[in-house]
Amino acid sequence: MKKLLAGAAIAVLMAASPVVAQTPPNVLVIGQIAEPQTLDPQVSTAANDFRILTNVFEGLVRFAEGTLEVEPALATEWTISDDGLVYTFTLREGVTFHDGTPFNAEAVKFTFDRMLDESHPFYETGPFPLSFNFADVTETTVVDEYTVEFTLGTPFAPFLTNLATNTGVIVSPSAVEEFGDEFGRNPVGTGPFRFEEWASNTRVVVSRNNEYWGDPAGVETVVFRPITDANTRVAEMLSGGIDIMVEVPPDNVAMFADDPTFTVYDAVGPHVWYVMLNAKEGPFADPLVRQAANYAVNKETLVNDVLQGTADVSAGPIPPAFAWAYNDAVEPYPYDPEMAQQLLEESGVEDLAVTFYVTEGGSGMLDPIPMGTAIQADLEAVGFDVTIETYEWNTFLAEVNPGLEGKADMAEMAWMTTDPDTLPFLTLRTAAWPEEGGFNSSYYSNVDVDEMLDQARMETDPEVRAALYRDVQQVVHDDAPWIFVANWKQNAISTANVEGFELQPDFNLTLRNVTKQ
Amino acid sequence: MGGYILKRLAYAVPVIIGLSIIVFGIMAAIPGSTALAILGSFATPENVERVNRELGLDLPIWQQYFVWVGNILQGDFGHSYILRRPVLDEILERFSATLILAGASLILCSIFGILAGVVSAVRQFGWTDRIVTFFVLIGISTPAFWLGLLFILIFAVQLRVLPASGMYAVYGGGDLPDLLRHLILPAVTLAIVATGVIARLTRAAMLEVLRQDYVRTARAKGLDERKVIYRHAFKAALVSIIPVIGIQAGFVMGGAVYIETVFQWPGIGAMLVNAISTRDIILVQGGVLLVATTYVLINLLTDVAQALLDPRLKT
Repeated sequence: MKKLLAGAAIAVLMAASPVVAQTPPNVLVIGQIAEPQTLDPQVSTAANDFRILTNVFEGLVRFAEGTLEVEPALATEWTISDDGLVYTFTLREGVTFHDGTPFNAEAVKFTFDRMLDESHPFYETGPFPLSFNFADVTETTVVDEYTVEFTLGTPFAPFLTNLATNTGVIVSPSAVEEFGDEFGRNPVGTGPFRFEEWASNTRVVVSRNNEYWGDPAGVETVVFRPITDANTRVAEMLSGGIDIMVEVPPDNVAMFADDPTFTVYDAVGPHVWYVMLNAKEGPFADPLVRQAANYAVNKETLVNDVLQGTADVSAGPIPPAFAWAYNDAVEPYPYDPEMAQQLLEESGVEDLAVTFYVTEGGSGMLDPIPMGTAIQADLEAVGFDVTIETYEWNTFLAEVNPGLEGKADMAEMAWMTTDPDTLPFLTLRTAAWPEEGGFNSSYYSNVDVDEMLDQARMETDPEVRAALYRDVQQVVHDDAPWIFVANWKQNAISTANVEGFELQPDFNLTLRNVTKQ
Repeated sequence: MGGYILKRLAYAVPVIIGLSIIVFGIMAAIPGSTALAILGSFATPENVERVNRELGLDLPIWQQYFVWVGNILQGDFGHSYILRRPVLDEILERFSATLILAGASLILCSIFGILAGVVSAVRQFGWTDRIVTFFVLIGISTPAFWLGLLFILIFAVQLRVLPASGMYAVYGGGDLPDLLRHLILPAVTLAIVATGVIARLTRAAMLEVLRQDYVRTARAKGLDERKVIYRHAFKAALVSIIPVIGIQAGFVMGGAVYIETVFQWPGIGAMLVNAISTRDIILVQGGVLLVATTYVLINLLTDVAQALLDPRLKT
């Protein structure tokens, strides 16, 4: 027995003795929040997948670094017909996919037909949940090798920005033909990195594309590691096991900021965290009560204490990340409990008992339980009687998406979008009430808002569009269909020897400029 | 013996069928769906319907169950809705990781648990007994996930002698020493509670045996004390220790669920947690089937081992 123990002890020591190696130079290890679901860009819906995909694939256009404004990528220029129905793109010549397939108009047509045309031979490789972003495309036409034309059924201004999202990137037709359903595990694009390996639950590896049409990437290899537990992710960062981590828990940001061996990044994102208020029935049917709720909640405390500075106070339904369409003149509701009480008195509503749906966590939901209880406390301080009901995310969506009627008066929600149109269009129009198939689960309705949003969607002049969105922000702010709470600042940490890394407002992880000692 | 084993195996079949029906039923009863997990905020009723149709989830739940059973009988465990890969590939890969982790900690807890229990019993109420009992009680009472985080903090973050998480280094590595380095912390963490339980029960079993007449006889005839303890007493005590180890084998497999999450060990426990939250019924079913079968086999092995040691039990 003693020998056995001694043997075991020696084995343990031998295994433990070499000090754990730092990640090698020119290899970047990224701590991801989960295993990717799929690397098929048209199939995926998850930010976690997009962080990998955006380095392997490219679209006709992309967001210029640090903005949400489109610039040329695989297309060098484009024209839009006066009626806003025909988009013609001139494609970049001499680009090849990582498998050697030439990039041309056929590849563009293949990509969009696969997603939109039910009779396409590879439509079966779906489902393509975000294809509704391109639902207005009636036809994709190959004009010649390097010219492609999209015809829309109705004018749809967000079309161009949607082409810059990960759902709009171009896939290699020959790779889809070869791998079929398995394309999501063997992705082939034109991006600065080529896919190498996906070892389930362990890593996804991509390497520099030496034939890239632009400047070649700064590191040879990027390894994406899924680390689902936030504490473990932090420990890996501290122990040198990863070079960059995203979605740092608010509690840990300060610790990294104090340590010179790490760099902390933050950036605004197109994110809105709000509490929807049931405008159909109950106390919140009265706009005065909804405004009162906005005055009653101390948003500063929420973002500074609960979220520890990882978010900004939100003023309306469109986040400031959409700089071109944002209305600076709309100020957040100040924290003013007396004003809230005054408004409640004015409204004459007496029964202030409300049910509040809170989720345990979910995409973009930040810290929903502490935030929910803080909001509950603030509302109770001015006279509401708030009952919280907590649900796991999937269950929560199943309760909230069909509408709050008969069940609840308020519910937490958060969205991340890439166009200022998306969130108001899906959640604030009368035609987006749940029975119409939209996400307006709290039944807000204002004819002016409906009209402005419909008009903005048809408008191809960006200036006119922006003006419409600014008006929408003011009107919605005053109607207060939601308690406007927070705009999340995405964050990330890197070791000090990582250079050239910046967070992007679309939540993508652009790595082509990153270098590492 | 062969007939006994066959009979026990036959009992397992209805257990597993019943279990699969219960799991299918529970997964169907909880709100939310695979389509919602895929679509998230973008889940309009028409998108949900479309995803359900494309994934074959629009069939009634009992039909889905029979399709699943029919396919299993042909050796096809189906395709995970979320991971989009064959369920069998995923669960076998995950299961082998769990077996390595659970196996290592079972070995650790058996060795140290029995050792501590025997020593404790032999020196009952002495200092050794008290010290061992003290540590054993601390081991039983400490939440394993907390201990895991503490170990990560000490050995990975502060001392930097062991990796914080994962099963292999993501770059380089991949050999046996690499695996052992990654295995130490989770295996030890997982073993600690089980060690305590085994130590306590071994102590009790030994004490009971040591009071028996034949032990007194052995001592009276002048047998070396070590022989008395290991050859006579311990062998007899093993009959009650083995089922405890069997139970602990189940425990370490179950404990693997959260230890795997803390250490990002790519095992079946972590997989099941994810699959449940994404309502990936087919993957949950495949995983549960495998885990249940393992439990049944562990129980069977325990019973067989016991029957071999104590022929009276073979009925």
